[in-house]
Amino acid sequence: MTPPIQSRLLRRVAAAGFAGAVALSLTACAESDRDDSGAQGSEAKVGGTMTFGAAGAPEVFDPFYATDGETFRVTRQIFDGLLTYKPGTAETAPALAKSWESSEDGLTWTFKLATGVKFHDGAEFNADAVCANFQRMFDQKGAGQSESVTTYWIDNLGPGFADGAKPALYKSCSATDAETAVLTINRATSKMPSILGLPAFSMQSPKAMDEFKANDVQAAGDSFTYPAYALEHPTGTGPFKFVKYDRANGTIELERFDDYFDSANKAKLDKLIFKIIPDETARKQALKSGTIDGYDFPAAADWEGLKNDGFNVQVRPAFNIFYVGITQSNNEKLRDLKVRQAIMTAINRDQLVKSQLPEGAKVATQFIPDTVDGYNTSLQAVPFDTAKAKTMLAEAGASDLTLNFYWPSEVTRPYMPNPRDIFGAISADLEAAGIKLNVITKPWNGGYLDDVDEGRADLFLLGWTGDYNTADNFIGTFFGNPSNRFKTDAAPWGQELADRLKEADGEPDADARNKLYEEINADIIEKYLPAIPISHSPPAIVVSNKIQGLVPSPLTSEDFNTVSKN
Amino acid sequence: MAVLSLLLFAWLRSLPGGPVSALLGERATEEARRNLRAQLGMDQPIVVQYLKFVGRALSGDFGTSTGVQTGDSAVDIFVQRFPATIELAVIALAIAVAIGIPLGYLAARRRDSILDNISVVSSLIGVAVPVFFLAYLLKYVFAENLGWLPDSGRQEGGIEATRITGFFVLDGLLTREWDAALSAFTHLILPAVALATIPFAVIFRITRAAVLDVLNEDYVRTARAKGLTAPVIRGRHVLRNAMLPVVTTIGLQTGGLLAGAILTEKVFAYPGLGQALALSFEKRDFPVLQLLILTAAMVYVLVNLAVDVSYAVIDPRVRTR
Repeated sequence: MTPPIQSRLLRRVAAAGFAGAVALSLTACAESDRDDSGAQGSEAKVGGTMTFGAAGAPEVFDPFYATDGETFRVTRQIFDGLLTYKPGTAETAPALAKSWESSEDGLTWTFKLATGVKFHDGAEFNADAVCANFQRMFDQKGAGQSESVTTYWIDNLGPGFADGAKPALYKSCSATDAETAVLTINRATSKMPSILGLPAFSMQSPKAMDEFKANDVQAAGDSFTYPAYALEHPTGTGPFKFVKYDRANGTIELERFDDYFDSANKAKLDKLIFKIIPDETARKQALKSGTIDGYDFPAAADWEGLKNDGFNVQVRPAFNIFYVGITQSNNEKLRDLKVRQAIMTAINRDQLVKSQLPEGAKVATQFIPDTVDGYNTSLQAVPFDTAKAKTMLAEAGASDLTLNFYWPSEVTRPYMPNPRDIFGAISADLEAAGIKLNVITKPWNGGYLDDVDEGRADLFLLGWTGDYNTADNFIGTFFGNPSNRFKTDAAPWGQELADRLKEADGEPDADARNKLYEEINADIIEKYLPAIPISHSPPAIVVSNKIQGLVPSPLTSEDFNTVSKN
Repeated sequence: MAVLSLLLFAWLRSLPGGPVSALLGERATEEARRNLRAQLGMDQPIVVQYLKFVGRALSGDFGTSTGVQTGDSAVDIFVQRFPATIELAVIALAIAVAIGIPLGYLAARRRDSILDNISVVSSLIGVAVPVFFLAYLLKYVFAENLGWLPDSGRQEGGIEATRITGFFVLDGLLTREWDAALSAFTHLILPAVALATIPFAVIFRITRAAVLDVLNEDYVRTARAKGLTAPVIRGRHVLRNAMLPVVTTIGLQTGGLLAGAILTEKVFAYPGLGQALALSFEKRDFPVLQLLILTAAMVYVLVNLAVDVSYAVIDPRVRTR
């Protein structure tokens, strides 16, 4: 028996009523966290809100523990360093330090600090705070010494820490008076003082770091855990302060810091929001529909279309290098300079740059861009000549050369916008010169970097975007340690090249140092050729036409305090 | 589940690459890799790694993200994103059911009519068009050109919204933050429509076929002969009997929604589980990946269980057996 229709109707009404009652009672319990005193929208809107599309979630908000661009784009707005880079250039410029000088031997660096500077939590910035920061970095223990956690320290002021297990560049910090901090280092290096503008070495509030256990990073199982400071409480002196990271909504919110010490450079925007949109096409659509006001690294293929739609595509000066890597340890033939030169001669770099890379890209004659000190202006790109390459291979007894050539999938890099097409062009050139290729492709994180670093590739595609303006940041990173991904330790000249790079880096006199680098740059091409420089390719940033005052940076490190929206 | 977790664990670690290259990128040196592998315990035998994983997992610790949201625990990421995907899936399914079943029923009753033909063709398109294409198309029309609906995310950035349950629409209603609820709801429309197309098409087609079958059954003819009113015949004899295969289908489609959500969430930058799954694979974020795959498997089992239980409600014969 089924119940009569009326009773079923009744039952439904009762059920609906019950649901409604539950909803109502819940409503009564749930409190809004909103502050009722200031009704929304009543605040003075001076500069408005800019929403910037981010390609991924930031790693952590403590820049000292970060390595990726998504993190630094956010922390750069929250923090200042002792130094910075002049907007639009890679030149070192004053920030929290008004001026600096070094001793003759390059080992002692004295910084005069800006006065009246406050951290976002109200704590005072002074020389003691500077030294507390450096001491904190130096005192890292356990997981804090991991290559993936404190990468910038290890690469620049390290590699060692206070425990002395490894030597460190950093020696000590002392506060002479409230406005004077003195840093000492263990050997002279071209990196100083430029590295002090790196986001990783930003000045953070010692009070907040203490309160939120900033150093409590742990290796736990197959990952790292980070302290509350790095996840929720980044506290700097910068033009914007951290409001919140709404993880469930994928947005990071900053607001203007009204007590910013440099009143001329106070942020114009009221709010700065980063919205995480991992898919590139989705970022483009979000810009077009006005959800975001800009995003970084638009694909070169989209530049024209975006410009035609009235967007402001700002092309930065190229501060990167794209190269074809060669491994010294596998194929005996590749240890012959003539073979490597033949490979370079076989690649039509002009054509590659014209057909595969965005406007403004240049053929690389050496491994550093021309804005870096130590660039050798007299070096000319070896001209493309298939016939000559064949002859050279024959002379070297390598006419039957067969090589493993790796290229990465599932990735684009600012220096390598389209690995597949670039690989296609280069491999066609090499095959035309009679080189047989075993083509191997793997996802970037899915084996490509592993295989390359473990020396399984004979030839591979890779590159680098500079962190700051020194030759050492490029060629020192590549070849400064003979145990590198080119396996130059398997070549008779690997150690020599490393020693020369070390010598140049340690030369305190800038002119003498630049001369050394110029010679090394020439010899890398003419004498060693551990890899083949291909191109410098300019990355772009795109904003809507409502956004004004954005200064594109070659370091891809824009400060948003100059930006306004109308 | 235990077997699955072991297989999953071993499979992920047998894949080339891994979190080490994702973490170090271009900066990696051989030494740095070795150190990092040791630090993360990845140099130990796989069995040891697995046992440690199980030990931690049993106490609720599935590790910390190494790529999707570095530093956040995998469980937290799941808890944040689960409501997002449920919200999306429920609305998508509601759309699919609310349109698919009535349309299927009507199409069957007016077989070969214009309505029938149009809806059969549109359901074919619904199945055939790739979700991401439709998603981009919807965005192009409704967000980019018309500007009616937002194109990405769950809620307007910078809106002050109180979070209680993690279901943004519900939270907005509960706290009477109407603008927050509205913003969350409008953000759901396009992705839900995109996600609904396949389940809609399938549900429509199954309903239509089932109703056609039932309409030809003897008991329907008998019911008519008994002189029962048309609404009673339709409601109690036709629809109810036709619903069995439809419910099975809905259950299966619910499982399939997660697969659809991977693409939909990618295109709409919707921070749900599908997006996390895709990102965790791309970045070799093992802790997040493991947790998501294991829970997806569990949800699949549970949904199928729910379908079996619902048979009993719809079909009394199942109950008595």
